[in-house]
Amino acid sequence: MRSKTLYIMLLAAAWLMAADIAVILLVLPDEAAQGAVYRIIFFHVPAAWTALLACLAAFLASCLYLLKRDFRWDALAVATTEVGLAFGAANLITGMIWARVIWGIWWTWDARLTSMLVCWVLYAGYLMLRRAVEEPAQRARAAAVFNIFAFADVPVVFFSIRWWRTQHPQPVVWGGGFMDAAMWRMLFLNWVPLLLLFVALVALRMRQEQAARRLDGLRRRAHAF
Amino acid sequence: MSAVAAEGVWKYFGDYPALANINLQVEPGACLALLGRNGAGKTTLLRILGGLSRPSRGRVLVFGDEVRNRRSRCRIGVLGHGIGVYEEFSALENLRLFAGLYGLAEPESAARRWLERTGLERAGSSPVREFSRGMRQRLAVARAFIHDPELLLLDEPFTALDDRAIAFLQQLLAETRARGRTVILSTHQLREALELATHAAVIERGRLVFAGERTGQMLSDPGWLYRTYGEG
Amino acid sequence: MRFLRQTWLVASKDLRSELRTKEALNAALAFALVMILLLLSFAFDPTAEETRRTSGGLLWLVFAFAGALILNRSFVRELTNDCLDVLVSSPLDGAALFLGKSLAGFFLLMIVELACLPVFGIFYNVAWHRQLGPLLLVLALGAWGLTVIGTMFSALTVNLRLRELMLPALVYPLMIPGLLAAIQLTTALVAGRPLDAELYDWLKLLVSFDIIFTALALGLADAVLLG
Repeated sequence: MRSKTLYIMLLAAAWLMAADIAVILLVLPDEAAQGAVYRIIFFHVPAAWTALLACLAAFLASCLYLLKRDFRWDALAVATTEVGLAFGAANLITGMIWARVIWGIWWTWDARLTSMLVCWVLYAGYLMLRRAVEEPAQRARAAAVFNIFAFADVPVVFFSIRWWRTQHPQPVVWGGGFMDAAMWRMLFLNWVPLLLLFVALVALRMRQEQAARRLDGLRRRAHAF
Repeated sequence: MSAVAAEGVWKYFGDYPALANINLQVEPGACLALLGRNGAGKTTLLRILGGLSRPSRGRVLVFGDEVRNRRSRCRIGVLGHGIGVYEEFSALENLRLFAGLYGLAEPESAARRWLERTGLERAGSSPVREFSRGMRQRLAVARAFIHDPELLLLDEPFTALDDRAIAFLQQLLAETRARGRTVILSTHQLREALELATHAAVIERGRLVFAGERTGQMLSDPGWLYRTYGEG
Repeated sequence: MRFLRQTWLVASKDLRSELRTKEALNAALAFALVMILLLLSFAFDPTAEETRRTSGGLLWLVFAFAGALILNRSFVRELTNDCLDVLVSSPLDGAALFLGKSLAGFFLLMIVELACLPVFGIFYNVAWHRQLGPLLLVLALGAWGLTVIGTMFSALTVNLRLRELMLPALVYPLMIPGLLAAIQLTTALVAGRPLDAELYDWLKLLVSFDIIFTALALGLADAVLLG
């Protein structure tokens, strides 16, 4: 992706987000039960959506790498995973802030947050695995296989933990379903700048990965003889 | 049909080509000595020819079949740097295991036969852990030959062998060749390899700089190949 | 047929090797028993009520950690003398190699689990035999899930130095759904509760977990093994 396109995307994201924040803070009314802090939901939920989208993208990229053995798919897999981890962290942190304000405790073992935490650790493990393998083709292969396993685990994790929590209920961060039409609209509206940010960051990371690979090739050539 | 054919084989480690555009045909019954300096790509090429490693580009055919086909794998025997036997098992158990793995009808008798052949019949029930280096090498050879492979790939088989072991291996290879089997061996020991070889190939920095019949001149002056085709 | 024969060859080789040296098995047994007997009794007050509520968690924590000791070595034992190269170049099916190793690992893990159960019962004064059949089924299903993931992890990290460091990040998060189901089921069954509708749901989750990851592992075995 050309640099100009990247800058435009980032600018658009920043502008849209600023506009959204203005609306969120000034226009939308307070929510009945939760007060002012509920506004964090407009970042909390789309961040989760983006993280899950990143998971899906990484999974597809990993499958394509194993089929085609083209390193660009490997670069896409690691880029989407890393950026997805950032958005997942955003989801976790906003969730914790929300819980702290509403319930007075930082962490409530809420089903969704716990599942996100497990998936976060899982994909962080993916990065750890990558770092441990020196040789690029072996690294890409091992990472791709692990990514496929991780992706298969994600739905099972969410499902099992939600089930566990229905049997042993704990404070829930967001019960869902309270919102009126304006709020739902803002939720989706605010997803747009986050998606733009996601795409721009992934493109940046892929570029970095490509440069790293070229550098690695030069280094091997230099050390070979 | 060639015993083994490498068609347009490239192998990248990252962006670095360890093997570049290797095109090699080895006829059945030939004995190819694969020569080259350390790091030239001999082991990489042998691993690809043996189906242990996937080429980044190109393909390898063994008797016309893809190297990773089951049929091809039944016909290949490999002897690499590691001896490829289990320390905690006895020599007999090891050979029986590998004979079974290669689908031999009577693994037990094949194992005993090869123990005799390599002079290990008295040590057959001792664990490999207790073997001397020479005994390990002989067991490794037995393991590689036990399923009577039509294509043998040997990576520096003469390294660190004593004279008696070298002679044994040379005799074994000569017998194998007399039965029409194909052998490819990489080596630094030019003299031993060139004595056996019908063909020679030289790899320099991942490229095949020479492949052809072994001439008398190569035998009398082994360094000639490197001087002529190597980069000094 | 050939696939089964090859699987059996690999499984019996691994088992014979491990039972001959008993290195990993002894380490896992010692670890598990010390953990149950000493560490956990200090961590949790072993009153009857407390233990009954946490029995599943206690047992499966022990099994998960002890199991890692066994399963981690699964592919590592092929590294000496480059035996893995010989196996990969032989007509051995990648999936058969993986399945054979998994079966051997499963068998060893079951030995640990079955040894821990009576020791747990004696020292924590828990009668665990009231729903013995279902309990053994759950132990086996949970052990299989652990085994498949642990064996795959072993194959992926076979020649990496700091393999053990990655265990907590790679293996345990993957196992969480299976462990969760096994824990719920074990706690209930040890307490003597029969398999009712709710427990059946957990059982179905555990079985699905096992099926999904077994299928994935067998399907990806060749991709992992071939460089």
